[in-house]
Amino acid sequence: MNRESILKVEGVGKSFGGLEILRNITFDVKKGERIGIIGPNGAGKTTFYNLLAGDLDPSKGTIYYCGQNITNLPNYKRANIGIVRTFQKNNLLTDLTVLDNLLLVLQRKEGLGNVWFKPRVEKHYSILFEKARELLSKWGLEKQTHKIVKSLSYGEQRQIEILLGIATDPKVLLLDEPTAGMSQAETNYIVNLLHTLPKELTLMIIEHDLEVVFGLSDRMIVLYNGGILVDGDPQIVRNDKRVNDIYIGQGESLSASS
Amino acid sequence: MKGNHSIKFLFIFLLMALSPFFLSLFHLNLLIEILILGIFALSLNLLVGYTGLVSLGHAAFFGIGAYASGIVAKELSPNLIATLPVSLLVSILVSSIIGMFCMKVSGFYFLMLTLAFSQMIYSFIHQSTDLTGGTNGLSGIPSPQLGGVDFSNPVFLYYLILLIFAAVFTGLSVLVRSPFGQVLIGIRENETRMKSMGYNTTLYKYSSFIIAGALGGVAGSLYTNFNGFISPSDVYWTMSGSVLIMVIIGGAGTMAGPVLGAGLIVILETIVSSYTNMWMLIIGVIFILFVVFFPKGIVGIGNSLVNNLAKSKPLYNESKPEAVYKKDA
Repeated sequence: MNRESILKVEGVGKSFGGLEILRNITFDVKKGERIGIIGPNGAGKTTFYNLLAGDLDPSKGTIYYCGQNITNLPNYKRANIGIVRTFQKNNLLTDLTVLDNLLLVLQRKEGLGNVWFKPRVEKHYSILFEKARELLSKWGLEKQTHKIVKSLSYGEQRQIEILLGIATDPKVLLLDEPTAGMSQAETNYIVNLLHTLPKELTLMIIEHDLEVVFGLSDRMIVLYNGGILVDGDPQIVRNDKRVNDIYIGQGESLSASS
Repeated sequence: MKGNHSIKFLFIFLLMALSPFFLSLFHLNLLIEILILGIFALSLNLLVGYTGLVSLGHAAFFGIGAYASGIVAKELSPNLIATLPVSLLVSILVSSIIGMFCMKVSGFYFLMLTLAFSQMIYSFIHQSTDLTGGTNGLSGIPSPQLGGVDFSNPVFLYYLILLIFAAVFTGLSVLVRSPFGQVLIGIRENETRMKSMGYNTTLYKYSSFIIAGALGGVAGSLYTNFNGFISPSDVYWTMSGSVLIMVIIGGAGTMAGPVLGAGLIVILETIVSSYTNMWMLIIGVIFILFVVFFPKGIVGIGNSLVNNLAKSKPLYNESKPEAVYKKDA
């Protein structure tokens, strides 16, 4: 497949004081790729996302997005050009309703954030509300529309976490452990929804549930001790001895989870 | 529900409009003071209640607006067309400068920085004797005029201030419900998330800071026009503390709250101080009681009363038990 590159990371490293969390990360992401990122705890997966999303600045290296150098672009600007992340721990507006959470995302997309003197009610912004309802029903959350986020179950909040990412209509979506803490049924539900995402969307998924990550990815990157251990086809990763060693060391085997 | 609200507002507006006919001059002056401090508290509430930025330096803008009006009225013209816009512009200018620095920090440091800036402005006003009268304050400010109307008549002044109050209240009500206002609420709730949605949160906070500063200046200007006198103690940090107390006791993040808070504090101050010098002590106790037992303020008490009444009626049960996740495919 000869697809165009969308995200290019060259020699990126991150240190906190003397502690080197990530070193010399280099890889190229093609448009529409589904990349699974695995690695033991402390491998630097979330830090890596922080660098991609602009929540942290890298200590070394360069990040390109569609050929543009975005290494020092602030996070909100990256979100606007299409690099959007979700969070490992639910990071929602918990005192607002589900609808309000979603409307904030959608109004940003429509560039309405600077409208000062027109109340955001359905009468004035029917398209916005329609879109929100459409997304909520697609995600099976329509019954929760007017509920306060913190009154929902953990699994539902997790769903909203992912939904807020998707609602921004990103080009590159960085999912950080989307199914963490979910029941098997909830996990299956989310995985099925993730399979319905448009083909042109580039997806990166950090995930500890190996079944989920192998099911969704067409490429796997294994992070270990701040560097890339293996980068390639899921089948190759599954059979890689070093990767197996790391995971067997954690009491889990890649082939067993297939 | 909505019609209910409109009727309530119409009723309150009529009551306010007719109050000069049944209130004594003393009480009318009290009401004017409540309205002015209500504007002041509303302006701080945009920052504290809606954007989640707790400022302890809001008196700076009140003072700047008040002194700007006073100086213009004395040196140039007491016409409101001159004093109000000058106060507005000067407080916008100063809040945009202070805001640039304050946006660099957050939380506790924001509070300390606003306090530091307001004390700097206090010192400046206190020291610039030629311009501001120093410790003695600025006195002998002529009563405001507009066109041919002289507002030395408190009834005229009352209507003028009621009109400005209504405009500020309505404007802010619409603002906080607008997409812009919803972004501010989003920032109050979770700034990190708002950034990852693509919002330049710093710019939104900065805008909110300037709007709050500008309206604080308007309140200050009205205060000078009403009192004919302004002293440095109105710019001191205790004034910032009072207005913060008004917002919190009334109910931060609501529109009615800060006005009710301003009313309560002004009334308490007037009534209690006529009996005892220890009115500060009493306000302190009330503040503690509110923070501990009613953190959502007067408005919160009102709401929970209404909810309790509603609960005593049988409601249809929305949350009937059902399979938690029946939708797995």
